Amino acid sequence: MTAWEPIADIAAKVNSGELKAVDLIERALKTIADKREYQAIIATLDDNGRLRAKQIDETVAAGRSAGRLAGVPFIAKDNFLVFGADTTAASNILKGFKAPYQSTAINKLEAEGAVCVAKANLDAFAHGSSTENSDFFTSKNPHDQTRVPGGSSGGSAAAVMLDMVPFALGSDTGGSIRLPASFTGAVGYKPTYGLVSRSGVVAMASSTDVIGPLTKTVADTALVLEIMSGRDPLDSTTIDRDEHAYDELADTLQGKKIGVIKEYMSDDLDPKIKTIITESIDKIHAAGAEIVELSLPSLPLALAVYYIICPAEVSSNLARYDGQRYGYTKPDANNLDDSYGGSREIGFGAEAKRRIMIGTHVLSSGYYDAYYKKAQTVRTKIINEFAAAFGQVNFLVGPTAPSVAFKIGEHTNDPLQMYLTDIMTVAANLAGVPAISIPAGQVNDLPVGLQLIGAQRADAKLLATARAVEEVIAA
Amino acid sequence: MADLTRDDVLKLAQLARLQLSEDEIATYQKELAEILKYVEQLQDVDVNGLEPTSQVTGLTNVMRKDEEINYGYQPLDLLKNVPQTENDHLKVKRMIN
Repeated sequence: MTAWEPIADIAAKVNSGELKAVDLIERALKTIADKREYQAIIATLDDNGRLRAKQIDETVAAGRSAGRLAGVPFIAKDNFLVFGADTTAASNILKGFKAPYQSTAINKLEAEGAVCVAKANLDAFAHGSSTENSDFFTSKNPHDQTRVPGGSSGGSAAAVMLDMVPFALGSDTGGSIRLPASFTGAVGYKPTYGLVSRSGVVAMASSTDVIGPLTKTVADTALVLEIMSGRDPLDSTTIDRDEHAYDELADTLQGKKIGVIKEYMSDDLDPKIKTIITESIDKIHAAGAEIVELSLPSLPLALAVYYIICPAEVSSNLARYDGQRYGYTKPDANNLDDSYGGSREIGFGAEAKRRIMIGTHVLSSGYYDAYYKKAQTVRTKIINEFAAAFGQVNFLVGPTAPSVAFKIGEHTNDPLQMYLTDIMTVAANLAGVPAISIPAGQVNDLPVGLQLIGAQRADAKLLATARAVEEVIAA
Repeated sequence: MADLTRDDVLKLAQLARLQLSEDEIATYQKELAEILKYVEQLQDVDVNGLEPTSQVTGLTNVMRKDEEINYGYQPLDLLKNVPQTENDHLKVKRMIN
């Protein structure tokens, strides 16, 4: 299967009549069917997709523009509420749930002519780094079917790399867009906290959750972000977007000051990954950027902070799944308490239960100060170190992940080892800063991602520099 | 602090309204202790003079007008997802045996 053209070109050709939206949707649906063995997809939206494509072609035939994403098919992670398919978050407790409303991000993309054709697999409720915590099945890495695609947005990343669609949506609470991007060779973008509305996306850890695109190029990512970003009255944590466009992208590395994160490039790092990241940094330097080594001494604490704050928020957000108002309910419960406990026992998988219990523990009376409040205070320390770093440099750079994609089953019996996969991604979520993973090379034919991190609200500058970095790495 | 007893696990499960099998109780007793041991590295971190952060972009008290919003769906649309209903009401089990 051939790769898709740049998204802007596809939309231009649909608007000029050179390409038909209905053909693009058929191509996407056929590729999804042909690549079924990778188990990236939970459900397809054939009827809705075809209907919308037809409407787009009719708009163009009537002489009107069908939008900046006219006829472009995309796939949403299955924690986005989308009309026309169930929204399960890959969990048994939400099996059969039909969204009564649609997420703001999907509405914005549809308003510009994009067409959602499928829902992608994930770790249930986005809890995980491999899709192995999906209550349904594990997705496979496009580069090696015995390996995971990363997670939790693993189905979305695999879908893009298998050329099912030009872009897919993911959510990133502790690395869930960037990690699968690194493991599959995609570009994965985590925006500044609050830049994209999360209305209609299944909540995980509300103080770090963001949503963003997975694509093959930075330019495609920037265009999708440009359309999704901005304040939304339905999500009171959203922030004002920039006045100028996020996809303007004209920038050079000349004169940029980039800090190499010392803590992410330690002697513990796999030397093959270190070599690839170092070579990429050398290329960035050769293209005119000033490179300095920078220490953020509290970064090694970020994972411990995250695995207190995230389960605490998860335990609160998952309290709504009680078997009464929607989702799975235990059929023959004796009383209301049995209905709650029994519905949650059967409806939640092992990782959701694990996080609910940790969260309940760290928030419970007598432990709150020692765990939760302490973690929120160390979080301040991490935020202050990022702020100090961005007083000295424009961007920070390092690897996205400490390893390449691991084997299916390799970490499933050791939850703590699985958590350590996120060690280089969680800090950006705790600080609310934007970060991107760009493919930097391969170790044993498996992709390695380079992570670039910017200051809060510096999304446009980060994307412009990421595009320049993408060019020099590929050269 | 990291050691968890079987009773601790049962109490957490009760607080979180989770019924657990015997196997799950044993597994979580071990796994939760390991995870808590890992996160307890924070206990010794010096945070003197720092305040906790719960909101990273500095927003406070985002208000909206107190008015009806049309979300585009009706109460009956929401009832379609309810597992047990009676006369267009949500039906739950009795609370007291």
